[in-house]
Amino acid sequence: MPVVGSVLDLIGNTPMVDISALSPNPDVRIVAKLEGANPGGSVKDRAALYMINEAEQDGRLKPGQTILESSSGNTGIALAMIAKVKGYPFKVVLPENVSVERRQALEVWGAEIIDSPGSEGSNGAMRRAKAIVAEHPDWFFPYQYGNPANPRAHYEGTGPEIWRDCPEITHFIAGLGTAGTLMGTGRFLRERKPEVQIWAIEPPAGELVDGLKNIDEGFVPEVFEDNDGYELLDRRIIVRPRESIEWLRRMTEVGLFVGISSGAIMAGAAKCASEIERGVIVTIVCDGGWKYLSTEAWTLPIDEVVDRATRIIYF
Amino acid sequence: MTATVRLPTIMRSNAGGQTEVTVEGATIGEVVDDLIRQFPGTATHLRAPDGGVHKFVNLYLNDEDVRYLQKLDTPVGEGDKISILPAVAGGA
Repeated sequence: MPVVGSVLDLIGNTPMVDISALSPNPDVRIVAKLEGANPGGSVKDRAALYMINEAEQDGRLKPGQTILESSSGNTGIALAMIAKVKGYPFKVVLPENVSVERRQALEVWGAEIIDSPGSEGSNGAMRRAKAIVAEHPDWFFPYQYGNPANPRAHYEGTGPEIWRDCPEITHFIAGLGTAGTLMGTGRFLRERKPEVQIWAIEPPAGELVDGLKNIDEGFVPEVFEDNDGYELLDRRIIVRPRESIEWLRRMTEVGLFVGISSGAIMAGAAKCASEIERGVIVTIVCDGGWKYLSTEAWTLPIDEVVDRATRIIYF
Repeated sequence: MTATVRLPTIMRSNAGGQTEVTVEGATIGEVVDDLIRQFPGTATHLRAPDGGVHKFVNLYLNDEDVRYLQKLDTPVGEGDKISILPAVAGGA
């Protein structure tokens, strides 16, 4: 590999590995794209870099300007790293009940953390961020849920990389959060190979996450609506905490120590593999397991882990 | 068909505090109608002004979003499990 000039040049071009040993169907290959290999440790490096670069280019972000974002972790960590390298002060609105390592990682990069109530989840953090930015119009608010640079990072990066490395793909399966990965990658793959199936996996939401004060506060990201997400997706499946943890643990059999959301996505891939006759499934491994060690998801009795999943935001 | 509907926290107070309720219906649309008939208070959370279901409400048949099945016309089988969840902003 050539020597690069900045760690930011190492974002993207992540490796893919065949993990068909875990496939419940011998005629279905499963290939994982390891986004934890990004320098900030997750798939969110891609969207964060695109949002910052585009804002610099069109003048919305000027040297020394403060950046504020809401995040349950990975986008915040990615932005914090990039802000540090590029010299911007960075603040993040974070639900107070995320795993402790996320908080620690943000502190590594010097981010200022603004807590939002855990009972309000990611929606609450986003609402709080919008309110703060309204009082500080001079701050730059990337707003990952509505910023077209988020799906564009995947349309121009993740999608072409999968197409280059695994053109035999028949199914693309990823998690549905901001919808950036699914919309950008899905759109690119659909254009190249219209028969590719795009499946979304929903977070293993516990009581906490569905405990919103009011259903009217439910939220569909603009990234999803602007990209005709209802048309683009072929299936959308909820994966329960128990299946997520079971698959999270099974992934260690092929040497993959991954984050909880990747266990959920893998559970979806396994379901897909057992339903179809043959094919090649590409799944996204969003991040590594390091930020989740304190949850003891690999070592505690599974009932205890599932119970905790109703209280901690793992995504 | 008799199916069970798992309610989100916000709707439980409209159903006497129950987490799961039993409903009748051959399609998801009929299940929603029966749920509202039994527990009229759930209507404010479910019904959109056009008579359909609010876009911030996701309905799942055995963990599959019915939008990608046959929407409100999705057939419901005996003993199926239906979940109602508000849309949330995930993404780390």
